[in-house]
Amino acid sequence: MDIFIQQLVNGLTLGSVYALVALGYTMVYGIIGLINFAHGDVVMIGAMAATMIASAMVGGDPNVSAFAVLGAGLLIAIPLCMAVGWTAERVAYRPLRRAPRLAALITAIGVSIILQNLAMMVWGRNYLSFPQILHPQVFELGGARMSSLQIAIVLIAALLMGALFAIVHKTRLGTAMRATAQNREVAGLMGVNINTVISAAFLIGSALAAIAGMMVTTYYGVAQYTMGFMLGLKAFTAAVLGGIGNLAGAMAGGLLLGIIESLGAGYIGDLTGGFLGSHYQDVFAFVVLVMVLIFRPSGLLGERVGDRA
Amino acid sequence: MTALSQSRGVSSRNLLGIVLIGIVLAVLPFVLGMAGQSWVRILNFALLYVMLSLGLNIVVGFAGLLDLGYIAFYAVGAYTWALLASPHFGLHLPFWAILPISLGLACLFGVLLGAPTLKLRGDYLAIVTLGFGEIIRIFLNNLNAPVNITNGPQGINRIDGFKVGEFMFSRSESLMGMRFTSPEKYYYLLLGITLLIILVCMRLQNSRIGRAWEAIREDEIAAKAMGINTRNVKLLAFAMGASFGGVAGALFAAMQGFVSPESFSLTESISVLCMVVLGGMGNIPGVILGAILLAALPEFLRAVVEPLQRLIFGEVVLDPEGIRMLLFGLAMVCVMLFRPAGLWPSAVRKRELAGTTGDRT
Repeated sequence: MDIFIQQLVNGLTLGSVYALVALGYTMVYGIIGLINFAHGDVVMIGAMAATMIASAMVGGDPNVSAFAVLGAGLLIAIPLCMAVGWTAERVAYRPLRRAPRLAALITAIGVSIILQNLAMMVWGRNYLSFPQILHPQVFELGGARMSSLQIAIVLIAALLMGALFAIVHKTRLGTAMRATAQNREVAGLMGVNINTVISAAFLIGSALAAIAGMMVTTYYGVAQYTMGFMLGLKAFTAAVLGGIGNLAGAMAGGLLLGIIESLGAGYIGDLTGGFLGSHYQDVFAFVVLVMVLIFRPSGLLGERVGDRA
Repeated sequence: MTALSQSRGVSSRNLLGIVLIGIVLAVLPFVLGMAGQSWVRILNFALLYVMLSLGLNIVVGFAGLLDLGYIAFYAVGAYTWALLASPHFGLHLPFWAILPISLGLACLFGVLLGAPTLKLRGDYLAIVTLGFGEIIRIFLNNLNAPVNITNGPQGINRIDGFKVGEFMFSRSESLMGMRFTSPEKYYYLLLGITLLIILVCMRLQNSRIGRAWEAIREDEIAAKAMGINTRNVKLLAFAMGASFGGVAGALFAAMQGFVSPESFSLTESISVLCMVVLGGMGNIPGVILGAILLAALPEFLRAVVEPLQRLIFGEVVLDPEGIRMLLFGLAMVCVMLFRPAGLWPSAVRKRELAGTTGDRT
């Protein structure tokens, strides 16, 4: 039972990060129908930038306060990621809005390769380690240990998701976004500035990605230029699991995937009598995904879309 | 349509073209060999990628099913050869036994993947195929315990080369007064099989099945209404595509003499997809062009970037590996921006895009 709660806590933390990244995928997908392959790399850039700033600040003054470091990291990482996301949309995706869908997918892959290699040239191939400035307290709960950092990650993620929900459902911009997602042409005729809306989706998604990147690098303590790929893949899986294009779905999918992965890693050995070890955790995640999609072909919370010609 | 008119009655101009291409293909390894045997090896890999792209083209280009886990079939083929012709299990079966087994197994995996995903469309299909590819790779990586089947991350080495009777492809020898190195021999083998696959693809495209695939790609519901058994036809697309991947994988294992799960990562699946889309989905010559370009471009850049930096700055200023992939990514983006239908799109697709409908699917 201890293991169960422990893995649940770990899974929830991991899942919150997945959910934040998945929101970026799902917003873009919902509005322009593009799998933004470069989104994971935006997360990576956020993580790398924050790590670099933190190392520089701690290097300059070892007694600098942790909050100042995190604040400065956010202050640099968020605008940087927003700039990257906005530029990618403006330069690489916007001209292809009317092109076949796969063409945009390929440019997204191209952007991903470009971002990764730029990051490699700027920050090098090695792992950057996040300085040890956070000294999270550890709490005991029913035999499981959870740190204040884990709690902070989950809470901040929940807060951000709430804010995003409010933006999408309560503001004019959110209304415009939902209208554009439903039908771009008609929304345009109704006076919605499509380009602004799409840019806004990329900006918001990238800002969330920057924060997610910071969470990853503070939680695991390291960042590297290839980290965005697997993270993005998992987050995209989470978005599809929940029903892509659906904000609540992305959150549910992210949390679910995180929990499944952690539980899978913790229990798969026992379940199979030691035949399969914990390195099968990724298999576990994908098998669950396949099963969910077989029984609910449009994701957990996705609407059943009628077959359109 | 164009392929159809070509296959009927070969005009003298076309004949001349074919003869010229034939001569170029026949002497190509020797010309490249002068610049170094590594270029012949790159050429061989380009041919393998041509096979893979043509296989994926059946699934993505003809039937319109986005597959992001295609490399799994390549892996199945490669590991089949590796397990049946290496000291790992002590088996050394001849090629005529292994090739059909690889093909059949890959086919089976294609159907296994296809069957549960029939109902999924578009991007859901993409993510499931991606998951499938990853699952296969993770299994290859971990099936070394408790029973050692794939030898885990170390991979399998000392795999037998391709040999027909006493004729070994993995050894240099002199034939009719000319010296043939191993890569050159493999080149002709791969070229022959590639040509066979091209022929099969061209015939398929204009067959009843090919038209059925096209109908499904354009509109699945309408295709169903026209009496096409969409389930069987889609499964067939997966199986056919997979079998080409399986053959290519077997040849890869034989040529390399070594396989490991690393060669079958998601990045590889994505590269093959890029070849198909960049070249021009659904158009066989376009796909071949895309495969050759994308296979050769990174190697070309590798050879050019470093000396060029030395020439301009007098030293290596930027990491050549990084700048090479950077240029590669830029090239991908630029090609798509300026030629959204691919470098050499099929005539139908070109017409569609020239129209004002703005069809995105």
